[in-house]
Amino acid sequence: MNDRIGATRDGIVIRGARILGGEPADILIRDGLLVEIGQGLTGGETVEAEGLIALPGLVDLHTHLREPGREDAETVDTGTRAAALGGYTAVHAMANTEPVADTAGVVEQVWRLGQEAGHCDVQPVGAVTVGLGGERLAELGAMADSAARVRVFSDDGKCVSDAVLMRRALEYVKAFDGVVAQHAQEPRLTAGAQMNEGAVSGRLGLTGWPAVAEEAIIARDCLLAAHVGSRLHICHVSTAGSVEIIRWAKSKGWDVTAEVTPHHLLLTDDLVEDSPVGSYNPIYKVNPPLRTRADVEALREALADGTIDCVATDHAPHPVEDKETEWAAAAMGMIGLETALAVVQEAMVDTGLLDWAGVAERMSLAPARIGRLQGHGRPIEAGAPANITLYDPSVRAAVDPAGYASKSRNTPYEGLTLPGRVVATFLRGRPTVLDGKLT
Amino acid sequence: MKRHLISAADLTRDDALLILDTADELAKISERSIKKLPTLRGRTVVNLFFEDSTRTRISFEAAAKRLSADVINFSAKGSSVSKGESLKDTALTLEAMGADAVVIRHGASGAPYRLAGWVRGSVVNAGDGTHEHPTQALLDAFTMRRRLGALDGRKITIVGDVLHSRVARSNVLLLATLGAEVTLVAPPTLFPVQVGSWPCEVSYDLDAVLPKSDVVMMLRVQRERMNAAFFPTEREYSRRYGLDRDRVAKMPDHAIVMHPGPMNRGMEIAAEVADSPRSTIVEQVANGVTARMAVLYLLLGGADLGGEI
Repeated sequence: MNDRIGATRDGIVIRGARILGGEPADILIRDGLLVEIGQGLTGGETVEAEGLIALPGLVDLHTHLREPGREDAETVDTGTRAAALGGYTAVHAMANTEPVADTAGVVEQVWRLGQEAGHCDVQPVGAVTVGLGGERLAELGAMADSAARVRVFSDDGKCVSDAVLMRRALEYVKAFDGVVAQHAQEPRLTAGAQMNEGAVSGRLGLTGWPAVAEEAIIARDCLLAAHVGSRLHICHVSTAGSVEIIRWAKSKGWDVTAEVTPHHLLLTDDLVEDSPVGSYNPIYKVNPPLRTRADVEALREALADGTIDCVATDHAPHPVEDKETEWAAAAMGMIGLETALAVVQEAMVDTGLLDWAGVAERMSLAPARIGRLQGHGRPIEAGAPANITLYDPSVRAAVDPAGYASKSRNTPYEGLTLPGRVVATFLRGRPTVLDGKLT
Repeated sequence: MKRHLISAADLTRDDALLILDTADELAKISERSIKKLPTLRGRTVVNLFFEDSTRTRISFEAAAKRLSADVINFSAKGSSVSKGESLKDTALTLEAMGADAVVIRHGASGAPYRLAGWVRGSVVNAGDGTHEHPTQALLDAFTMRRRLGALDGRKITIVGDVLHSRVARSNVLLLATLGAEVTLVAPPTLFPVQVGSWPCEVSYDLDAVLPKSDVVMMLRVQRERMNAAFFPTEREYSRRYGLDRDRVAKMPDHAIVMHPGPMNRGMEIAAEVADSPRSTIVEQVANGVTARMAVLYLLLGGADLGGEI
């Protein structure tokens, strides 16, 4: 491989890649499209992919790019660089920026910044309520009709807790096939909440964030979505109880989808008490909080059996000074774009719960489908847009955020050994990452 | 012993007994007219108080001064902290001044652990949020031992707002280490959800527990808890969980009454009970200085005590 690759007039042949972990094959891409899959293909340039897994370009339903407003934490440019390095070809940029993405103007600005950066497609998410205030619906239709073509609406970071407002939002977005992505957190039950409510929070004297505060909202919203016949998506499901409720809602045939973050598939709340980086280290502070081992097991099982549809990073960059504090004063959130695939391999593939076809479904096809994202999340077959991620699952390395493209360093995995490496990412035939580096 | 004292769980049984035995020795000094030892001369102890607590601060200050340490009082109010300086920057400042020990009181649970990551000196937790207050537990154990002898098998009842009490957490851990049998009593709203995993018994019925208690320790109830619907009214709390004369009558004759202070007289404890001979409340204050002397002495590696007393 070399840095000159990128001129696609004569095409690129990806040689010997194992598509979804299958037998080695060549992939010819030209003019942004996947032209042919076969053996002994020839083209203008060659990317050797022996031993690498080929996946459809990953799609993230839940990314915080922080621009506009908190460019000290992340920008569209740095965040999408991180996304490309993580194997992503599209990310959904959450609406809790400053100003909030609650108008056509702001979502178009974010969308254009993504186009200009060019590392991956940026699909803005629109706020459900004005200023995330939870009181009045934002102009959802204007955002849907804008150049940004918004289909996912979320007040993420805050819950649309008012039942009537949630009902109206679910109804209203039906007009343009939108979906409301709920941050399920009953606010009264979580006032001042610092970590999962359980044995550890009791010992540590930290205000608890009870599982019921998530589960009660999910149950209510599933019933509301069924009642008005709309689509509902649940952000960052974190508890075993939530899984049971979603499983039940799906068994009724209701149009409910759900995501889980990589960190909720791997980490548990006892890290707050004792970890390689000390006690009460806010690197583990996140919302919803890390839960128990039983919750992690239930989430893995749910992702494997499809109760949870997809993995979404909830990539949440914060500057160092917002994490180098006492626990209560620290910001909530973790970065995750550059480690997502590795964590999914560790938690799901190496445990035998999911094969690579399953990973493609959960990290590319399903999120694109839920977000109604055009041109992404297509199977690797002739005629599809050439969005491809090449991944080497055979290596293992210690996580070192020093080399991350993200502006922030708040990864909970530092020092941990994780498997795999994203070797290359192609966005409509153009390599954004080659040999593990941005082009 | 570990370098820091942040949780009562940091102490092994041998550590805890060494501190209590050392406190016994040091108590003899308090009975002398000149209450001072040269042990920590030239060492610097910083009292870093982010919360107002005059009682605890002067207790630590007296302890350090009786050991001849230099004491710097750093109060968050009126300092750079109130202008937005971070805990880390404060820690680095103290580090630059060469603090041998930092005694920290902070409103955020776990703040002493963060501080310990940024300073070289020993960190002593003087109360962090709703987490722990290990020197309070040490002075309580010291007080119990002086009144009742060894604590193995002793039945200790702790009554009140366990959910928000750093005193309760440290006492449960230390008393379990020392072999005592602890029972926590509170309305169910004032227990953490999984208190069953703690090394103690749990009861909602104070009257049932009193006859088999060697010690009854009452915790302060913050009045603001009432507004958050943890219990209906002060009067109802007092009726169900307050220690009045009738309840004291149910206790064995030898049993003592403790309170870490400051008290709400008439709320969790009746005035006549607080002032009765069973009450150790004033002793606890005096013992606080002694127990903290023992902690500073041992953490800062004082010379053999035998030659000095």
